[in-house]
Amino acid sequence: MKLAVAVQRYGADVNGGAELHARYIAERLSRHASVEVLTTCARDYVTWRNELPSGVEDVRGVPVRRFPVRSEREPLEFGRHSRRVFERRHSIAEELAWLDSEGPTSPAMIEHLDRHADSYDFVILFSYRYYHAWHAARRLGHKAVLVPTAERDPTIGLAIFAPVFRGVRAIMYNSHEERAMIHAATRNESVPGAVVGVGSDVPDRTDPAGFRRKYRINRPFAIYVGRIDENKGCTELFDYFQRYAAAFAGGLDLVLVGKEIMHVPQHHRIHHLGFLSDEDKYNALAAADLLIMPSYFESLSMVALEAWALGRPVLANGRCDVLKGQCIRSNAGLYYENYQEFAETLYSLESNGPLHARLGRNGRDYFRRNYAWPVIERKYLEMFQRLARDTARPEPETLGGWFERRQRKIAPAAEVLAGIPSGPVVTGTAERTGASAPARGRPA
Amino acid sequence: MSDFTVRSDSADVEQIMKQIRARIREKRGVDYTEEEIRELANVRLETFLDPRGVRSDLLEQYRRKRESSTAPRNYGFEDSTIYMSSRPILRFFRRMLNPVLKLFFNPNPVIEALHIQSKLNDSYNHSESLYYELIHNLVLETTRLSIEVKNLKMRVESMSSRLDFDERRARALEGVVQYRPGAVAPLQPPTGGGNGATLDQEGAERRARRRRRRGRRRPGQGGGEAGERFTSGPDLLASDERSAPHEGGEPGPRGEPQPSRDVAPDRSEPSES
Repeated sequence: MKLAVAVQRYGADVNGGAELHARYIAERLSRHASVEVLTTCARDYVTWRNELPSGVEDVRGVPVRRFPVRSEREPLEFGRHSRRVFERRHSIAEELAWLDSEGPTSPAMIEHLDRHADSYDFVILFSYRYYHAWHAARRLGHKAVLVPTAERDPTIGLAIFAPVFRGVRAIMYNSHEERAMIHAATRNESVPGAVVGVGSDVPDRTDPAGFRRKYRINRPFAIYVGRIDENKGCTELFDYFQRYAAAFAGGLDLVLVGKEIMHVPQHHRIHHLGFLSDEDKYNALAAADLLIMPSYFESLSMVALEAWALGRPVLANGRCDVLKGQCIRSNAGLYYENYQEFAETLYSLESNGPLHARLGRNGRDYFRRNYAWPVIERKYLEMFQRLARDTARPEPETLGGWFERRQRKIAPAAEVLAGIPSGPVVTGTAERTGASAPARGRPA
Repeated sequence: MSDFTVRSDSADVEQIMKQIRARIREKRGVDYTEEEIRELANVRLETFLDPRGVRSDLLEQYRRKRESSTAPRNYGFEDSTIYMSSRPILRFFRRMLNPVLKLFFNPNPVIEALHIQSKLNDSYNHSESLYYELIHNLVLETTRLSIEVKNLKMRVESMSSRLDFDERRARALEGVVQYRPGAVAPLQPPTGGGNGATLDQEGAERRARRRRRRGRRRPGQGGGEAGERFTSGPDLLASDERSAPHEGGEPGPRGEPQPSRDVAPDRSEPSES
């Protein structure tokens, strides 16, 4: 079996969520099939500047074919297109212009896929919102397996994506919430799909004491791992934590691991360590009392899964459906929606030993049951087998003629998003039992 | 805070969150900051206001209207306005042809109507901002008062239950005093010599019996129903205190030591209750 993995960026040092996800999947599937990665020469997800040489190279044992990006992203133009399609009534043509302005526009990659389609059994497309995924899915829908990595943002409300979700062979979702959202937005229930997610290379042994020595952290602490960015909910986290620290003089410290995009407040109980190696990151997670995930939008939090794998409970932002749903289904984390809840839940995890121990144990079990690599690999391979048996091919949908594409009759994407039910998938124990359609927690 | 009992075989996160939220709800209603009252007035009006009396989205509607309205600048309209022009020659011809215009229709009522309308517009613009301010303040005050009433209701309920408890406790104490054997003996004055010696002897026996009974009693055991009621009072209060919400909206254990660990907690399976 020969597989192509198409993703917007790829590399051992590229650490975006979807990109890391793609690398893990490519590396794991290369044990079972011949895998080739198709990606761009870009390294920066804001500009899509060509920084890496085009051509073929080997990244951790997987052949990677890079294609140049035709033009860098113009932030002002992208912002203008975004306002138009997200906030106003618009046309299909304007959505396509938005897609082009978002990038990374690499027609060479699409042409390559088109020319060599017959040499691949399946093409795994990562991140539905980008140029490569949309065009590849439109041309090679009969071979496309989409990993949407969709978050609850207005992009899901754009009309050009519904035919893509209905026109691929299969979809590998990251979470039940993501699947429910995509079903509601695109009515693609008939497309085969599975909630898979991604595993992690969590080491069997960690050295928390070594981490404490190395970074001179002697007090108990909660940890945040990820980009320190307002979009990740860090502003709210800092505000809440400083209020909590003022109320509890002897409480937990907060350790931050990741690149600093926004200002980190100067506080004697907030320690910013910067970007850490994987080894140090796992040691830090093992040394922490708990992981805090303040993000509002996640399709799957890999670091939360890693914390659970290491037996650490998670304190998540309850306004993120995915994180809240995972906390509930795993029984391995608490969540907050305001400061009072943040303080109460953090204090509960800090002070209640039995609760902490039980949630940590639940997290470890949850990870092993759903996100261990053998489980993930099995789900992919079973899907490929199912698709190989199934001869039905999706019918490509047209987007209308020249005039139809230019009629401004599509509702703003933000409005469409507001109409999509939200809330965690609470009643199902689908990740335990394999049930297909658990109910949503609450309507929008 | 943090009084969850975790069974050794499971932990239900939803249940824990319900407990946490119930505790937070208990705490709310104690006191609110100005900011919180504003937030409540904006967001959760229907919880506090009588829906029959005040529409919960009243303020929001006003705000939306104010924000969305791109009201044009008001105009001044006098009797000469329709003949005005930046070009004097044009103005002259218009005035000159005015009698001809009046042959076709009478512009005076139109001029008068538009003049009144411009005055009305001015008045409306002025009063609208006043109305907004008024409604805004009314909503805030109503919310504040509703919260205060709610708090007072809670305090009355709390005081009523405490009163009830005190009454029961008083009755129990009266029962102990009334039926305890020998409790009233020292108050009786001696009535005679021989008789007094017998009473002394009986009193000594009673005291000895009481000492023997006390000696057999284990610590912590009450002396019957009434005694149990008596001793359970402080314990109940202490237990209430342990789980009581922290005043001022800030978390903090009451009757429970605050965390003061200097090292990571021992996660080697603490005994689960």
